[in-house]
Amino acid sequence: MILSVRDLQVSFPVGRLMSRSAILGVAGVSFDIAAGETFALVGESGSGKTTLARAVNLLQPISAGEITFDGKRIDGLRGADTKPLRREMAMMFQDPVGSLSPRMQVRDIVTEPFRVHGVEADLRAEADRLLSLVGLSGDFANRFPHQLSGGQARRVGVARAIALNPKLIIADEPTAGLDVSVQGEVLNLLNELRERLGLAMLIITHNLHVVHHVADRMAVMYLGRFVETGETEAIFQAPAHPYTAALLSANPEPDPDKAKDRISLPAEVPSLLARPTGCEFHTRCPWAQARCRTEAPAAQGTDRRIACHFPLSPGARPPAFKETAP
Amino acid sequence: MTVLSIQNLNVTFSTEGGDLHALKDVSFEVPERRIVGIVGESGCGKSTLINAILGLLADNGRVSGGEMMFQGRDLSRLSPREMTALRGPQIATVFQDPMGALNPVISVGRQMTNIQYRSGLSKAEKAERAVAMLRRVRIPDPEAALARFPHQFSGGMKQRIAIAMALMMEPALLIADEPTTALDATLEVATIELLQELQAQIGCSVLFISHHLGVIAELCEDVVVMYAGEVVERGTTRQVFNSSRHPYTERLLDCDPARQSSRTRHLPTIPGEIPDLRARPPGCIFAPRCHRRAPVCDTPPPEETVQSGHVARCHMVTP
Repeated sequence: MILSVRDLQVSFPVGRLMSRSAILGVAGVSFDIAAGETFALVGESGSGKTTLARAVNLLQPISAGEITFDGKRIDGLRGADTKPLRREMAMMFQDPVGSLSPRMQVRDIVTEPFRVHGVEADLRAEADRLLSLVGLSGDFANRFPHQLSGGQARRVGVARAIALNPKLIIADEPTAGLDVSVQGEVLNLLNELRERLGLAMLIITHNLHVVHHVADRMAVMYLGRFVETGETEAIFQAPAHPYTAALLSANPEPDPDKAKDRISLPAEVPSLLARPTGCEFHTRCPWAQARCRTEAPAAQGTDRRIACHFPLSPGARPPAFKETAP
Repeated sequence: MTVLSIQNLNVTFSTEGGDLHALKDVSFEVPERRIVGIVGESGCGKSTLINAILGLLADNGRVSGGEMMFQGRDLSRLSPREMTALRGPQIATVFQDPMGALNPVISVGRQMTNIQYRSGLSKAEKAERAVAMLRRVRIPDPEAALARFPHQFSGGMKQRIAIAMALMMEPALLIADEPTTALDATLEVATIELLQELQAQIGCSVLFISHHLGVIAELCEDVVVMYAGEVVERGTTRQVFNSSRHPYTERLLDCDPARQSSRTRHLPTIPGEIPDLRARPPGCIFAPRCHRRAPVCDTPPPEETVQSGHVARCHMVTP
């Protein structure tokens, strides 16, 4: 395993001195990523995807749990000790243009990792090599970020991430804000590099269709916990957690004749300050029963883990739903 | 009856590098009580189009040709004062970012009564209408919601409040500019269903702008596909999605990962980029990226009618 995460928790303090408490952004998650594997984290805004990714990369202090990277515990590393780690674990941030320094040329952006880590290299040659790896011609080297389109900026971000041959790339919403015609390009590029360089990848996205095509395994997050984990294909074939099923059915497809077999979720996402009792999804779950309101389900299974008292059978339809005020 | 009829609309921006022809010969109609979708990628002119309709083009932009007939009047010829009278009661808008549409320091109730200043109703009646509208967009406890401020609502609720405000004056036309893009998938679906329901109740027409093909397919009855400031194809949603004739529409539909039924590691893309609109090629605007390009494509393409109501601007259309 290139990365193992066990019972990871990230908490944020809230409130003033006298009424201080904490909310759990990530509330105890465990997963492994094997070398060369692509693992996707899926969930809606506020589910803790980005916090989890930042915690794995030690950009966010954790409050409990263990992170093992390439056989070594890394969760205790602080300050300068984290530097060698960042050579091995590269991060691609959400905003493709915003994550590039506006005052640096592309050449300097993609070779900055060499300077930061004091790696001796012919920087000019390296810039050309990296740009050609991501499919950009040499004349891009002299451009500034504002002269790039979203897709090109994303490619530069990829080039910088792979500069020092990392073992793991963490990509936070690699296709957000890109047009569909460009989105495919970026995903194809990541796939190709993964095969060629044997990279492992942790992809964070809210776009399920993207996950289907790139990820080997995936985890669905809700309020900072994994509700379902497993092989991507298996989850798409038969989602077992009601939230996964609802998410899969919520993605409108470009086909006007497609039967709208939709599981609509009532109500809004609960606040992390007032987590629901029992199963935290019960406030929105069409299948919720009395037990779900009181007893929190433990994740069951090994390869495929489902945190639900009543996992769905394939093709299950929600029971006739009484309209409650959302 | 047609609520909005756009004929050969041209919009030009003066820039340092010369005139930029942002919209070229755009024509389409929004019939009464219908939802028309405009779909296209960034830079296709979607936003320029709605700004032109609303009379909100930037200072360096101008309508350089064509007409926009709204209820018998050409919008491009109205004075700013006449446009102001139209915006709101007749043509309402919902934008992408609900936070930007609501004033953060005024309570929702006051904002909702303020926008009824033309209605001539009493204060109590205005408040009553605001409550009724909030109830229709399913804001829980609408009476109490009036006293709250925008930041006290979630993103989905804020967008529903923005929709409630847009529809409160029962406009003839609602322009929705990417209203669900900032929302999560489950909320997006709920918002679309709500829009559909309200449109049917109020009986207005909707011009729905989105880059999301799935949302368009789900919500709209007619669809207009734009590329680089031109309408390349239009028709009913079924015609365009099920038997698209323009190569750009075909490629765009192929690119949507949702259309790939089986899992693939290699997703289709459209190689190339949108041309520089300051120097439009004389022929077909999509020719440089087109997989069906022929020598004839270097001349301006005709508008070919595929079927009644289904039009594609392409040389290679076979009826």
